[in-house]
Amino acid sequence: MENAVSIRELSKVFGKTPVLKALDLDLKKGEFAVVFGPNGAGKTTLLKLISTLIEPTGGSVFVSGFNITEEPEKVRKEIGMLSHDSYLYGDLTAKENLHFFGKMYGINGQELEKRILQLLNEVGLATKADERVSTFSRGMKQRLSIARALLHRPSLLLLDEPYTGLDPGASLVFENLLKSPEFQGSTKLMVSHDLERGFALCDRVLILNKGKFVYDGFKVNFSGFQEFREKCGSMLT
Amino acid sequence: MIRSFYIAAKDLKAEFRTKQMLNSMFIFSLLVLVVFSISFGDFLGDTEKVEKLAPGVLWIAFTFAGMLGLSRTFVMETENGCLEALMLCPVDRGAIYTGKILSNLAIVFLMEAVTLPFFIILFNYSLGIGTLLLLLLILFLGTFGFIAVGTLLSALTLGTRTRELLLPVLLLPLLLPVLIPAVEATAGILAGNSIGNLIPEIRLLAVYDLVFFVISHLVFEHVVSD
Repeated sequence: MENAVSIRELSKVFGKTPVLKALDLDLKKGEFAVVFGPNGAGKTTLLKLISTLIEPTGGSVFVSGFNITEEPEKVRKEIGMLSHDSYLYGDLTAKENLHFFGKMYGINGQELEKRILQLLNEVGLATKADERVSTFSRGMKQRLSIARALLHRPSLLLLDEPYTGLDPGASLVFENLLKSPEFQGSTKLMVSHDLERGFALCDRVLILNKGKFVYDGFKVNFSGFQEFREKCGSMLT
Repeated sequence: MIRSFYIAAKDLKAEFRTKQMLNSMFIFSLLVLVVFSISFGDFLGDTEKVEKLAPGVLWIAFTFAGMLGLSRTFVMETENGCLEALMLCPVDRGAIYTGKILSNLAIVFLMEAVTLPFFIILFNYSLGIGTLLLLLLILFLGTFGFIAVGTLLSALTLGTRTRELLLPVLLLPLLLPVLIPAVEATAGILAGNSIGNLIPEIRLLAVYDLVFFVISHLVFEHVVSD
């Protein structure tokens, strides 16, 4: 079966500073992997490379079989990104934001209208659809941001510290959406500092430290979060 | 191409809602005209002197007011990481540049459309339809070149702390090849010249627009990437 993400010898250098060093990673379709690591380990850089926001210094990345440097537009179509930034326009309403991004992803007409209504309902913002995003609280922005990321039904979800700014209600909405049948088949790669939450959601744990994967294993190898923390905690410093 | 229109429509919707950029551009361009017309008060009856000075004044007003808008072109994209969101969309980076050009053109043209009648009144011109259409052609060609380069430089200076200062410093020297023929052509039109006498200026402006649009379109991807 074709991997959802296939990374070979991936490296990234900023100036003279190597941030990622010859990474290899294969993510199977439907897998939920979480990347833990200390600050500056290269976690966000890894997501930015996979999402085509930046170009690698060396190596290759394939998303759903598309090379990120040769077919970036096809790769972007496959990706939904949820970041700690909301990626929303404050002067537009919730609905207008989703309209804009939907059209940019090639969704139009009735299909887009239905999708927007469905997502606004799921994130609990249906009554705020016509209000400007600048009037929203941080938690509401993050909920809308979840809707924006899922709008085009991406096959790969990249989650960069998704819990930042999420209130408990929004966290629950987020987790329920990830577990919903619609997204169970999609591959998820999450970067997080929140060990407990990340561990609870994922199937596979990766630890990135100083630009290299120092651990790659499955959650089932641990009896629970405590054992994971005891065995792998030292790799996170 | 359709996605460039979506980007432009989104920018215009946001701008017309707040009118931050439009208001400051209108006020600035009108102030420039008023200040110059007061300073040249003694000459305003002297047609020969007005014909020499007025075209320059008009383009000074348009250029500096336009620069106010250009410096804010990408600011809304930096709030909440929206530029990243745009870059994540499955579109060619050039489409983002074209979208930004379209929205900037619409806003600057609107500012020019409001400023021009004030210019005509303050500098005692009376223009026929033919002259006005010719003037609009020159305004279009000059403004397009200005916006093509300005939009690229606005993206280039985005990450700098002194963006508002850096943009005019980089932009004005690059604008000289478009400003000189635009001012000369405007002077020619206001003096009553026909289109036949303005062909060299029109040709220069068209070539500048085409060259800078194509170059900017091609290099935009590198400007906005890491």
